[in-house]
Amino acid sequence: MSGIASRKKRRLYIVCLGLLCLGVATSLVLTAFEDSIVFFYSPTDIAEKGLEADRYVRIGGLVEEGSVERHPGNRIEFVVTDFSNRIPVTYSGILPDLFREGQGVVAEGKLDGDQIFVAQEILAKHDENYMPKEVAEALQKSGQWKPESGEAPPR
Amino acid sequence: MIVEIGHFALVLALVAACVQGSVPLVGAQRNRADWMAIGTPSALLQFIFLAVSFACLTYAYVVSDFSVVNVMANSHSQKPLLYKVTGVWGNHEGSMLLWVLILALFGALVALFGGNLPAGLKARVISVQGWIGIAFLAFTLFTSNPFERIFPPPLDGNDLNPLLQDPGLAFHPPMLYVGYVGFSMAFSFAVAALIEGRIDAAWARWVRPWTLVAWVFLTGGIALGSWWAYYELGWGGWWFWDPVENVSFMPWLLGTALLHSAIVVEKREALKIWTVLLAILTFSLSLLGTFIVRSGLLTSVHAFATDPERGVFILIILLITIGGSLALFAIRAPQMRSGGIFAPISREGGLVLNNLLLATATATVFLGTLYPLFVEALDGSRLTVGPPFFDATFVPIMLPLIAACAVGPLLAWKRADLAGALGRLKFAAGAGILVLLATLMFADDGPWLAIPAMGLAAWLFVGAASEWAERVKLFRAPFAETRRRAAHLPRSAYGMTIAHMGLAIVMAGIIGASAWKQEEILVMQNGESIVFAGYDVTFLEMRRIQGPNYVAERASIRVEQDGEQIAVLTPEKRFYPVQGMPTTEAAIHTTWLSDIYIALGDEGETNAGEAGWVVRLYYEPLVPWLWVGSLVMMIGGVVSLSDRRLRVGAPQPKPAKAPSGQAVPAE
Repeated sequence: MSGIASRKKRRLYIVCLGLLCLGVATSLVLTAFEDSIVFFYSPTDIAEKGLEADRYVRIGGLVEEGSVERHPGNRIEFVVTDFSNRIPVTYSGILPDLFREGQGVVAEGKLDGDQIFVAQEILAKHDENYMPKEVAEALQKSGQWKPESGEAPPR
Repeated sequence: MIVEIGHFALVLALVAACVQGSVPLVGAQRNRADWMAIGTPSALLQFIFLAVSFACLTYAYVVSDFSVVNVMANSHSQKPLLYKVTGVWGNHEGSMLLWVLILALFGALVALFGGNLPAGLKARVISVQGWIGIAFLAFTLFTSNPFERIFPPPLDGNDLNPLLQDPGLAFHPPMLYVGYVGFSMAFSFAVAALIEGRIDAAWARWVRPWTLVAWVFLTGGIALGSWWAYYELGWGGWWFWDPVENVSFMPWLLGTALLHSAIVVEKREALKIWTVLLAILTFSLSLLGTFIVRSGLLTSVHAFATDPERGVFILIILLITIGGSLALFAIRAPQMRSGGIFAPISREGGLVLNNLLLATATATVFLGTLYPLFVEALDGSRLTVGPPFFDATFVPIMLPLIAACAVGPLLAWKRADLAGALGRLKFAAGAGILVLLATLMFADDGPWLAIPAMGLAAWLFVGAASEWAERVKLFRAPFAETRRRAAHLPRSAYGMTIAHMGLAIVMAGIIGASAWKQEEILVMQNGESIVFAGYDVTFLEMRRIQGPNYVAERASIRVEQDGEQIAVLTPEKRFYPVQGMPTTEAAIHTTWLSDIYIALGDEGETNAGEAGWVVRLYYEPLVPWLWVGSLVMMIGGVVSLSDRRLRVGAPQPKPAKAPSGQAVPAE
C-alpha cells in the first residue's frame, strides 16, 4: 500500500521537476529568440518591402561582376545582386577563400542611413559549387536562376 | 569486373537483410528455435557481403577506375594514396555504404557475442537491426548507388574537395558513423524489449555497453570534427552552432542521458519506460542527423551539394522508424511494471535530474536548429537562429548540470543525505572558490559568467576526484588499505571518475576559448613586427612552394616572447588546380595552455597604401584542453567498457547480497 503511495509521490516529484525544467527552458528560449533570430533578405526583398536601418539581417545574392573594390586598411566594397535589384556592401576584414565575383555570397550586418549595407560577417562556403539555399531561392524568385553560376553542372 | 562484384554483393546484402529482418522475428513470436537460429548466419552474411562490397569500392578508388561515376566525381589520379582511400567515404554514396557497413558490423557483433542473451531477445534484436539494414540498403541501392558506371570513361577525375584532403577529416566520418549507428543497438534492444513486453536489469546490462561504445565514438567523432574545423577552416573557431554540428550533438546529449538512465534500470529496475523512450529518441535523432545532412534541408556552412530527392527517401525511413517505434511504445509501455522506489534525494534522483537537464538541453538545441524550417513552412520567411540563441539557452541549462554532476556520485541509492554529500565536497568547494578568485584576478575582460563558470569546472574536477578518494579512503586509512580498495574498485567506477574529470577539462576549454580569445586582422609586410597578446610577431618572408597536388604561398612568421624565439609559424594559402579551389592552412603553436593561431589571407594594402599580406592572428586560451578533455572522456568510456560486469554481460542471478563494492574480484 505504502509502496504504491510513495511510487505516486515519486512520480509527482519527477513530473514537477520536469515541468520546472520545461518552464525555465521555455522562458530561456523565448528571451533568447528575441535577439538572436536573423532574417534573410534578397536585394529584391529590400527594394520592395524596405528595411529599417540598424536592423541586423542577412542578405544574399551574387557578387556583381566588376563591382569589387579593395581599399587600404583591408576594407572592401562590392555589390550584391539578384539581377533585378542590387545593394552596395562595405566590409572590413578577411574574406572567405571562396569569395569571388559572380559567385554566391551571404553577408550579415546592418543597413546604414545611406542604404549601404555594412557587413559584419561574410559567410564562407566549403565548396565552390555550393550555392547558399537562400541565394538559390532568391535568384529563382527573381527569375534569374542561372545554374552555371550556382550548383554543379549535372554530371 | 571487380566493380560489378561489389554491386552484386550489395544486392546480396539486401537479400540477407530481408532474411535477417523476418525469419528470426517470426521464429521468436512462434517460439521456434530453428527459425530463431537463422538470425546469426544471416547477420554474419550481411556483414560479409557488405565488407566485400566496400572493399570493391575501395579498390576502384585505389586504382583510380574513372569508369565509375563515384570515383570520377571524387577522386583524381594525382591524389595521395591516403586520400584515395579516405575519399571512399568523402562523398554521399560512399559514406552511405560505410553507414550500412557499420550497421551490419553491429548486427554481426550481436550475432557473434550474443551467446548469453536469451534466444528470443537475441532473435528479435537481430531482426530489428535487419529492418534498419533493409531501409538503408534500399536507400543506397536505389538512390545513391556508388557502383554506377559512366561511358566513355573520362581521362581523369574531378578530385576530392581539398578541404576534405586532411587527416583530421579523413577519420571524422567513420568515427561519427560508428557513434550514430551504434545507437541503433540501443534502439533495437528497446524495440525488441517492447515486442517482448519485458525489461529487466539484464536488459539494461546488455544495452549499456553498446550505448557506451556508440557514445565513445560519437564523442571522438564530434571532437575530431571540431578540431578539423578549428585548424582547417582558418576562422579560429571550433564550434559554430551550425545545423550540421547540432544534429551530431543532439544524439550525443540524449545518448549521454541514456547511459545514465540505463544505470538506474540495471541497479534498481526503475525508470524502465523512460529508458526505452530515450533509446528510441536517441537513435531517431541520429537518423534525423543523417537526414538533415543528406537532404541539404538546412543551410549550413557544412553542406555540400545535395539532392532533395534523397531527402524524401530518408524522410520516409525516418517517419516509419520513429512513428512505428513510438506507436509500439505507446501500446506496450503501460504494461511495463516499474520497479524500485526512491526518495527525491538519492542516486536515482540525481540521475533523474541529469536526464531531465540533458533532455531539456537537447530540446532547446532541437528547437533552435529546426525553428527556421518550421517558420519557413508556416509563413515563408527565411531566418537563421544564431549562436547567441544557443549561448542564452544551452549554457544556463548546462551549468546546474555541471554543479550537480559533482554531487550525484556521492549520493547513496534509494535515500541519501545531501548535507553529508556536500560536506564531503569541501575540497571541491575550496578548489572552486580558489579558481574563481584566481580567474577574477587574471581575467580583466570577458563576460562575467566565465569567472564563476571556471570555478564550477574546478568544482567538478576536484569533486570527481574526491568521490574516488572517498571510496578508496585516501589519506584516511593506511596506504595498503587504500591500495587494496583502489584495486578492488570496479572499472566502471574509474570510468565514471575519468569521464567526469574529462568533462570538467572540456568545460574549462570551452570557457577559456569563448571568453578570453583575442583576435587581430591586419596587413603585414616583409620584416614588419607587431605586438600581439604579449608576443612579438614578425613577418619574415613569403615563399611559393609546390605540393603533391597543389601550389601554395607560404609565409614564415616568427613569434617571440621576452626576446626569446618561441616558434616560426608557416601558415599557407593553397590552391588546388584540379578543383580550382583555394584553401587556408592555418599554423598553430600550442603551449597546451593556449594556442597562437595564424592564418593567411589575400594580398592587401596597408593603411599607407603599400602592398602586403592580410594576416589573421588569434590568441586562443585553453583551446587545447578541449581536445585533451574529449580524449579523457573517451578514455573514461573505454575504461568503463572494460568492466568485467559489462564484458560478461550475462543476466546472472544476483549473488545473495554481496556487498556491492567488493562483489567484483580484481582480475
